[in-house]
Amino acid sequence: MPQIEQLAATYSSQVFWLLLIFGLVFFVIGKGMVPKVMDTVALRDKQISDDLAAAEAARNKADAEEAAWRDRENANRAEAQALVAKAKAEAAVSTEKKLAAAQTGIDAKLAKAEARIADARASAVAEIEEVASEAAADIVKRLAGIEVSAAEARPAVKEAM
Amino acid sequence: MATEAKVDPMHQFTIQPMFGTDQMELLGYNIAITNSTVWMAISAIVLWAFVFGGMKRELVPGRWQMAVESFTGLIDDMLEANIGKNGRKYVPYIFSLFMFILFGNVLGLLPLGVIGLHPFTFTSHFTVTGILAIISFGIVLIVGFAKHKLHFFSLFVPHGTPVPMIPIIFVVEMISFMVRPFSLGLRLFVAMMAGHVLLEVLSSFVIGSSNAGLQYFAIAGIPSFLLMVGICALEILVAGIQAYVFALLTSVYLNDAENLH
Repeated sequence: MPQIEQLAATYSSQVFWLLLIFGLVFFVIGKGMVPKVMDTVALRDKQISDDLAAAEAARNKADAEEAAWRDRENANRAEAQALVAKAKAEAAVSTEKKLAAAQTGIDAKLAKAEARIADARASAVAEIEEVASEAAADIVKRLAGIEVSAAEARPAVKEAM
Repeated sequence: MATEAKVDPMHQFTIQPMFGTDQMELLGYNIAITNSTVWMAISAIVLWAFVFGGMKRELVPGRWQMAVESFTGLIDDMLEANIGKNGRKYVPYIFSLFMFILFGNVLGLLPLGVIGLHPFTFTSHFTVTGILAIISFGIVLIVGFAKHKLHFFSLFVPHGTPVPMIPIIFVVEMISFMVRPFSLGLRLFVAMMAGHVLLEVLSSFVIGSSNAGLQYFAIAGIPSFLLMVGICALEILVAGIQAYVFALLTSVYLNDAENLH
């Protein structure tokens, strides 16, 4: 086994060169280059997490803005609906008033017209009675020769009518 | 080696000085540049190139950057899962350890023999894995004593231990603690060496049987070759798993030092 056979002759060279070369590896690569590589990784991780945080913040902001917009929109809509409802109610009230006014006017006209009709009817009836009484008195005079005043004939006419 | 009459499965672990530096010395110690050194350097350079390719620092990563970041992420997650937020400061060390072992394991598996190069797996030497284990263990000790002072010894007395049992448990826990660097280093070394020896032995079966004749090749060579294909896949898996286990156990031990029990 050369590892043992050559031990006495080569150990010093092995130890010396190992220490020298491994020392160089440690100081140049381990101490000099590895931290830079790891910095790059850390920088990238940081940038990624920062970007993620920024994206998260932006999303939260957008969400908040959307919520605010929705609130505003809802408020506007409610306001608009209130306005519409108010206008509707006002319109209904005024329509009702107008209707009521028109109704009373119509009622009054109707009542007047009815009264006129009743008057006309009453006067017509009275005229007819008059005419009928006179006619009855005439008829009685001619047929029976009895003089009957129109006034006397009236009750009979009334009864007959 | 394939052309040699006899295949020595251990030959691949031989350390050979290169570039005529076999007498290079520092303070009286031999520091020859060997094939082991060269493969450590290759692993380090390939690892540097790999990580460098992932340093474009783009916001939207390309495939290469993604690959590098997934490795750092793997280590980061492992430390966070085992130690917690405090564990992040160990990322440079655990990353270096994991990737250096991983690249050493995988590069040592490359079939470079077909183009005349001799791949060498430095993690199949306990000198190397042992040093890495001792470094990890040393960091555990330093962090443990720096953070908890002598209170660190309470690591050896689990919660709810009956008072008369404390001395025995203390010794048992102490031994299990002290064994850690050995198990850590030996596990990697043994796993890598066993796999390479197995591949070498199987390949020697294939070559030996084909040299012996067609019927032997049919009986022994073809099954060995098919088994080799499977073992190669397994070895790639082991290369990753052993590097991961080394890093994982180091982070588990660091958790003891960082948080006690």
